[in-house]
Amino acid sequence: MVTTAISNKPSFSQTFFSSLYKVENGERFRTCLQCGSCSGVCPFGYLMDYPPGRMIAGLRADEFDLVMESDTVWMCVSCYACAQICPSKIPITAGLMTRTKEELLLAGNVPTELQSALENSQRYGNPLGESPRKRADWAIGIQPPVTILGRDRRPVDVLWFVGDYPSYHPRVQLVAKSLAKVLNTLGINFGILGPEENTDGDTQRLAGERGLFEMLTEKNGKIFSKYQFEKIITSDPHAYNALKNEYPALGVSYPVQHYTQFLAERIDQLKPLLKQEIPAAVTYHDPCYLGRVNGVFDEPRMLLESIPGVKLMEMSHNHTNSLCCGGGGGGMWLDGFQWEKAHARLSEWRVHEAIDIGANILAVACPYEPPRFEDAIKMTQQAGRVVVKDIVELLAEALG
Amino acid sequence: MNIIVPVKLVPDLVEELSIDASGTALDTAWLRMIINEFDDHAIEQAILLKERTGAHVTVLSTNVEGVDDLLFTAAAKGADRLIKLNGDFESGINNHTLARAMATILRDLKPDLVLTGVQANNDLDGSIGPQLAEYLGMPYIGYVSGVTVSGETVIVRKEYPGGLIVEMEASTPVLLGIQAAEQPPRYVAISKVRQMMKTMSIEELDLSTLDSTGAPVVNRMFQPEATGRATMLPENADNAANQLVTIFKELGVL
Amino acid sequence: MNQDIFVAIEHLRGKVSDISYIMLAAAHDLAHSSGGKVVAILLGHNVQELAGNLKADQVLYADHSFLTDFNPEAYQKTLAKIIDEYKPRAVFFGQTSIGMDIVGGISAQLGLPLVSSVRTIEADNKIISQICGGKIMAECKLPETTALITLVPGGYKPELGQSTQLPPITSIPVQMLDGLRIKLNQYIEPETSDVDISKESLLIAVGRGIQNQDNISLAEELAQAIGGVVCASRPVVDQGWLPTSRLVGKSGSTVKPKVYLAIGISGAPEHVEAITGSDVIIAINTDPAAPIFNIAKYGTTADLFDLVPALTEQIRNIKG
Repeated sequence: MVTTAISNKPSFSQTFFSSLYKVENGERFRTCLQCGSCSGVCPFGYLMDYPPGRMIAGLRADEFDLVMESDTVWMCVSCYACAQICPSKIPITAGLMTRTKEELLLAGNVPTELQSALENSQRYGNPLGESPRKRADWAIGIQPPVTILGRDRRPVDVLWFVGDYPSYHPRVQLVAKSLAKVLNTLGINFGILGPEENTDGDTQRLAGERGLFEMLTEKNGKIFSKYQFEKIITSDPHAYNALKNEYPALGVSYPVQHYTQFLAERIDQLKPLLKQEIPAAVTYHDPCYLGRVNGVFDEPRMLLESIPGVKLMEMSHNHTNSLCCGGGGGGMWLDGFQWEKAHARLSEWRVHEAIDIGANILAVACPYEPPRFEDAIKMTQQAGRVVVKDIVELLAEALG
Repeated sequence: MNIIVPVKLVPDLVEELSIDASGTALDTAWLRMIINEFDDHAIEQAILLKERTGAHVTVLSTNVEGVDDLLFTAAAKGADRLIKLNGDFESGINNHTLARAMATILRDLKPDLVLTGVQANNDLDGSIGPQLAEYLGMPYIGYVSGVTVSGETVIVRKEYPGGLIVEMEASTPVLLGIQAAEQPPRYVAISKVRQMMKTMSIEELDLSTLDSTGAPVVNRMFQPEATGRATMLPENADNAANQLVTIFKELGVL
Repeated sequence: MNQDIFVAIEHLRGKVSDISYIMLAAAHDLAHSSGGKVVAILLGHNVQELAGNLKADQVLYADHSFLTDFNPEAYQKTLAKIIDEYKPRAVFFGQTSIGMDIVGGISAQLGLPLVSSVRTIEADNKIISQICGGKIMAECKLPETTALITLVPGGYKPELGQSTQLPPITSIPVQMLDGLRIKLNQYIEPETSDVDISKESLLIAVGRGIQNQDNISLAEELAQAIGGVVCASRPVVDQGWLPTSRLVGKSGSTVKPKVYLAIGISGAPEHVEAITGSDVIIAINTDPAAPIFNIAKYGTTADLFDLVPALTEQIRNIKG
């Protein structure tokens, strides 16, 4: 009998599949029922050559190389709708979609728009390519002055992790200023990192740049350890997600809250100060990373209802099935790419929902949203019928 | 084919630049350095040639702060050999000095093709490519935006103004000043760069005494005064649009 | 060494390029202090008539068939011989695809000092260069021996280097060079498009600020509404979002429109040098420190994504 050595080298599909088991709860990939719910609920599933369910089928059929040749994976906005609806509780977003993007990135298959956001994040600590030295410029002129820990070197109770867009984007800087006003009014002893703050890296992580995320975690961790504070609050649900769920595994662990949780705890102190009426029909958009992913639904609503004159209404998609604005998973930096494929923007869909229920104000709690929804309002020619405000902007207004 | 790509770090223009106390050089306190964008294209072109022809690519640079990251990133893109050149660069180094010193090193490396960026934003004494070529005794063609290798012949597309291209060719060895690679520099995942840091090593070579003859002496450096400044229109889009319409009418284009 | 200032004239396809006249203007400035003549060096084959309007005290004309087209090696070696023979006070080269290919080699070969990125000459033999994207200026003293200087446009208007009088032309002998290693194969014309932007009078220019290919439609719509043509700076063309025929800049076209609307363009020197002939430059850029505002007549930091559609709409309403 002749024996020949048979190559037992695992195929790309097999290697990739095994790497998925290493993700938390990854062994559940074996239990996929191929029910199709994930592909159905995915906001761009109808456009993908391989929506999530079919990706898993491809893995099982040893045909994952075909998935790698498609670029429709980049339509995924990491909104977690698939993971949330999966009956087998498979970590589709964190496991499959993120890992696939990682492989695509390693193979150099990355849309150019995304490339510069990633390169900027590495060089300048923010995806916008702005100078790090200007990261606290938004706070110039605020009275009492905002404490910048690197400059003012004193212990604070609360470290406010501001985030990229609130620091640099002109529209979102207004949100940062509003939160500063509210915190000052409540007499909170807080500080920011300013030029020492780097992007939290969560969206970049979900866009496939694991190495970049780890580098950023390390950098931020080193900076945190220089200063004294009791807890971290942030205006950015993506930063909240990173600091709460991802950083600890890499050795950077601090108590963290989204600002809505922090202020909700202090509602008894805050509410009497909200004297200015804002008579409006307000609807709240649950951001993916605050709501669906981290289960924070009530505190934002409580804050809105404490504003005199506000009538809170719910859009048809709310709480766990809220519609993604399209900014996650790299979507913020893939607008051109996604538009060319879809000729529809998720943010526009959402704006229609707000208008349909007769809302005057679309209230948000994530820094990606004011620019995204305001653009959508212009694109759908609904300017004037509804405006976008972060919850804290409304609170600041109500303080008078 | 043996391809060598000399690259350098230049001031990153995202940050504001300032002049140092002596008034004759850039203040290095806040200075952030970035790979010369044209050298980045040179690396990309070299890797493209490697992918097509199986060439061997060496990337080298002077040993200044940031050089390791630059070289490992080149390795992650596909560079085979990394070299950093040691010398006294405390007071900066100009192209005359560098070209002379590098020529000695490059001669020993026996390249068939040398690719380098056609210019750099801080060049004050010409660009390095033509000078290096002269010391190496190689012909030089600059403003190249396309390279094809056919045996020992290198065919290039050289750019003239107005979009005109001229195709020239030369036998190796030849030195090219790259304006643009045939595709923009590729993205490389940070995990790949970190992997290179563990698996690749950077060789160190010493540059002989540095001779800066030929470069100008800077009397002073300063920031340009804005000789004029635009009349600024409102920041509000609708108001600005209004005023622009009025301006267009005045100019007779509307 | 005499005190004459030499200028290496650049010509392409039968036309003297603007940089040549700019160099002549600068050379006259320098000749004031040196006390020497301005001498233009013209290399080529049967191009004597190109000397026609050069503002020079003398033209040295080297004619040979091997100099018909610009060849870096042929021109470098020929000029090096001439410079070595005449030993002028200074020689100007263009900071271009022609001048820069040869000046570095001549500097290395003859051991002559070289200053580049020069914009203007000032009194007392001071040379002013601009570097770092135009953000930094450097003042150097004219080096002592035959100084090689490369000039960028912007400091002098081409008209200052032009003359209606034919300068005296001296033919100088030139030997065919053996063993030239660079060969010219062919010229490749730019893709002919429907439009020659250098002849357009209303240009809507987009830069990096447009962010992606898709957004260019905003500019196209504005162009359509107002009757203009879309063009772009280098980053946009490099990405392939618009063809090279629409490139405005050092390696693209120089334009002289009535109105140049610069959208999301920072104003780097390589772009600016190609638009200074515009009657009115209007700049839209969210960065108030963008250099484009220094040369624009009107500017705004309004967001282009708000302003351009608003402007398009207003124009459409007016035009009905």
